[in-house]
Amino acid sequence: MKPSRFDSTVLTLCFAFLYIPIIILIVYSFNASKLVTVWGGFSLEWYRVMWSNQGLMDAAWVTARVGMLSATLGTILGTLAALTLVRFPRFPGRIPFTGMIYAPLVMPEVITGLSMLLLFVAMNIDRGFWTVTIAHTTFTMCYVAVIVQSRLLTFDRSLEEAAMDLGCPPVKTFFRITLPLIAPAIISGWMLAFTLSLDDLVIASFTTGPGATTLPIKIYSQVRLGVTPEINAICTILIGLVTIGVICAAISSKRTELRRIRDEHDAIRAAI
Amino acid sequence: MARSLGPVKRKFSPWTEPHAVPFIRFENITKRYGDFVAVDNLSLDIYEREFFSLLGPSGCGKTTLMRMLAGFEAPTEGRILLQGKDLANTPPYKRPTNMMFQSYALFPHMTVEKNIAFGLEQDGLPKGEISARVDEMLKLVKLEAFAKRKPAQLSGGQRQRVALARSLAKRPKVLLLDEPLGALDRKLREETQFELMDIQHTLGLTFLIVTHDQEEAMTVSDRIAVMDKGVVMQVATPAEIYEAPNTRYVAEFIGDINILECAVVANTGEILQPGHPPVVRLDSRGVPIAVEQECAAVTGASVAFAIRPEKVRIALDQPVDVSVNAVHGEVWDIGYLGDFSVFLVKLADGRVVRAAQANVSRLVDRPITFGDMVWLTWPLDAGLVLTR
Amino acid sequence: MAEIAAPTHRNPARWLVVAIPYIWLVLFFAAPFFIILKISLSDTAIAMPPYTPVFVGFGDISSFFAGLDLDNYSFLTEDPLYLDAYLSSLRIAFISTLLLLLIGYPMALAMARAPSTIRPTLMMLVILPFWTSFLIRVYAWIGILKPEGLLTLLLQTLHILGPDDQVQIYRTDWAVFIGIVYSYLPFMVLPLYAALEKMDGTLLEAASDLGCPPWKAFWRITFPLSLPGVIAGSMICFIPITGEFVIPDLLGGASTLMIGKTLWTEFFGNRDWPLASAVAVLLLLALVVPIVIFQNQQRKVS
Repeated sequence: MKPSRFDSTVLTLCFAFLYIPIIILIVYSFNASKLVTVWGGFSLEWYRVMWSNQGLMDAAWVTARVGMLSATLGTILGTLAALTLVRFPRFPGRIPFTGMIYAPLVMPEVITGLSMLLLFVAMNIDRGFWTVTIAHTTFTMCYVAVIVQSRLLTFDRSLEEAAMDLGCPPVKTFFRITLPLIAPAIISGWMLAFTLSLDDLVIASFTTGPGATTLPIKIYSQVRLGVTPEINAICTILIGLVTIGVICAAISSKRTELRRIRDEHDAIRAAI
Repeated sequence: MARSLGPVKRKFSPWTEPHAVPFIRFENITKRYGDFVAVDNLSLDIYEREFFSLLGPSGCGKTTLMRMLAGFEAPTEGRILLQGKDLANTPPYKRPTNMMFQSYALFPHMTVEKNIAFGLEQDGLPKGEISARVDEMLKLVKLEAFAKRKPAQLSGGQRQRVALARSLAKRPKVLLLDEPLGALDRKLREETQFELMDIQHTLGLTFLIVTHDQEEAMTVSDRIAVMDKGVVMQVATPAEIYEAPNTRYVAEFIGDINILECAVVANTGEILQPGHPPVVRLDSRGVPIAVEQECAAVTGASVAFAIRPEKVRIALDQPVDVSVNAVHGEVWDIGYLGDFSVFLVKLADGRVVRAAQANVSRLVDRPITFGDMVWLTWPLDAGLVLTR
Repeated sequence: MAEIAAPTHRNPARWLVVAIPYIWLVLFFAAPFFIILKISLSDTAIAMPPYTPVFVGFGDISSFFAGLDLDNYSFLTEDPLYLDAYLSSLRIAFISTLLLLLIGYPMALAMARAPSTIRPTLMMLVILPFWTSFLIRVYAWIGILKPEGLLTLLLQTLHILGPDDQVQIYRTDWAVFIGIVYSYLPFMVLPLYAALEKMDGTLLEAASDLGCPPWKAFWRITFPLSLPGVIAGSMICFIPITGEFVIPDLLGGASTLMIGKTLWTEFFGNRDWPLASAVAVLLLLALVVPIVIFQNQQRKVS
């Protein structure tokens, strides 16, 4: 069906709305002038400034470590939670469990952050790297659980039955058949978890302590002082990294898809 | 079954031998899901090297029965014995049965080779032996050229063969096939049916097949169990099922059949032709019917008279004797099937009887056509009295 | 998993699959809420932590309960600031959700009607901004909406504004609406698109065949069938917007009252943890109804 003029107009306007602010942000990171409205020519000056800002670099390193660790933990826990939701239809406390998986998805971050902080204070745990990691693990595992759950729901159970029928015990079946087949969902769950951790300001602000300033906290405190092209530079780098990641993922899935289609054609031709 | 089919040559019929020991025995199996009874107190014996079909509409419990044998479901009541051994405490991965799944369930992340080798690897066979066995299987299903492909790179027919090879690789005592040919198109299905029979014969295995396709069951099986609502209605050879169904349900499920409601007029053991069974006389709303059949029905009982359309003769001219097994009616519709034509004949009381006629000649002087008044007749041994 | 084996051969170790995430969530998600509840009933103490202790021995049970009171809650009702902040949050969330629906629905519809070859690309274009930082996206708008920012410059160049006039949007509720709509648009579009995309196109052909004009077919067929998507999208947006902190803080003005911001200020600014906890508890209670609707929706979808 050919898109109507109305549809094309709507799409153009909406995508312009979504992308123009980001494009402006990127363009002005290369501005030689410090003023936002004045274009002073192309320059990489602000990238140099950013690079030599030790506080910003430290924050980036903390964020990367928190992200990696919490995404990995969150992926493991989230995958287990997804298996629980799909493969254990009845156990005592299933309804509260389901609630605890879905609630963090919609819970305002200020509440999640505050409650975590109060827990750590009550348990007398010093706040810092580990408390941020635990907090991020807790809310990212729920996102991973939802993604992996939707893959498990469409998973053809007869594959597992076939493996067992051929003599493979249940635990081995999980590792040889189930895990490799849900791996794409687990990987995209990890990527989402990592991005959420990278992105989070509110929960990190509540649960962090001295020496564990994450990048969003750092950016936030600088943004409150005013717009500087240095922030544009670091934002551009973050956007670039994420865009490359997402595009690579999309291309690789598209390529496997293309290969599959081509192979199917070959198979049909061979059969004839 | 009381009705004799005459001398039939059978190479293989262990179920007729009084001392044969069944290979698989379902003993009073019941399976309930909550209030729903999927299988209802069912008992069934299957013999070694038999090609056995479970035939029935969807939801009749046939797949549940097969899955209980494979170990994916546990019976609520009853026992399943394989070679006399109770299987209750054997998990699916330790049972000497292998299953070919309806969806084929090929592991999408493994090549054809790896799929076939999977079961052998679980047994811890040496590498050399595994690859020899895989090659043998690939040859058996004629897929040598596709060993390195992934399942997604195969056509439907090829996938079906891989699934078959994978389930045969371990040389199971029993091969279970769940709607094995359901996903194939008609022509490929017919070819594959004969291949399956060939493989079963060559390897000398016991095959248990679940299907809703009566033609498929008729073609491949030594015996068929016709199931309905968790109960086995009849277990018999394909010929017996077709020619001598024991109930209305089986008669109507297999092939096309005319059913006429009747009352028994006389069942006195009267013999019309020497050497034939005695005659039961029926009345179907004024139409006198006589059937040569051993039958326990008493006078006055209401029964059904069943006759296959191809056993009904159709003629424009009145036959010599119309005192019994003859009706007169108008041709209401004609279905031309190529090899056969089916005539729907409307009787004076509104009932419709179907008669099939083989189209033996291309040219007929006076073809029977719509609106013609015709006579339908049938011999004494063509129809069947069904008491259930 | 072991579960598919016949019930007789189930392995008890499989319950570890349930136990590990369960224990984690109880410890780090459920327990903190009871602590919040407890602290919201405590009195402020000038100490670190700035409230009376949470855990006490059994002997102190009676004094533990005696120490709890509703002072913080009664304080919240006395000071109109908090009630105003609640109502203002709900108002902003409601208007934003409505705006999101008005923009998101035509967009999702246009996407669902686009040729199937470009639909995955459109999907990716909607999701991509979602992967970039929330903070960055809000920050991008500051540069545009500031009085001396790019919007003023654009309008001056187009002679819509005089050379000395400036756009007065930054630090008003309007900036907050723009920021919210911008940040939450993907969350609204995706569930709507999912609902519209799976709709059977022959339904509209059937309606048209039966004499229904296109605009009527939209209201009689398309819209009712997309209602689950509308509800899911609205809830996914409404609930977090109510507690939103970053957007009102960075784009809103002094008069923009939102409960998330109030909580943040009580906590970090005034260091009144018990009061902040009481604000959190009430916010949570206010959101129970939408969360329950959302969960029911989720269950229906799956």
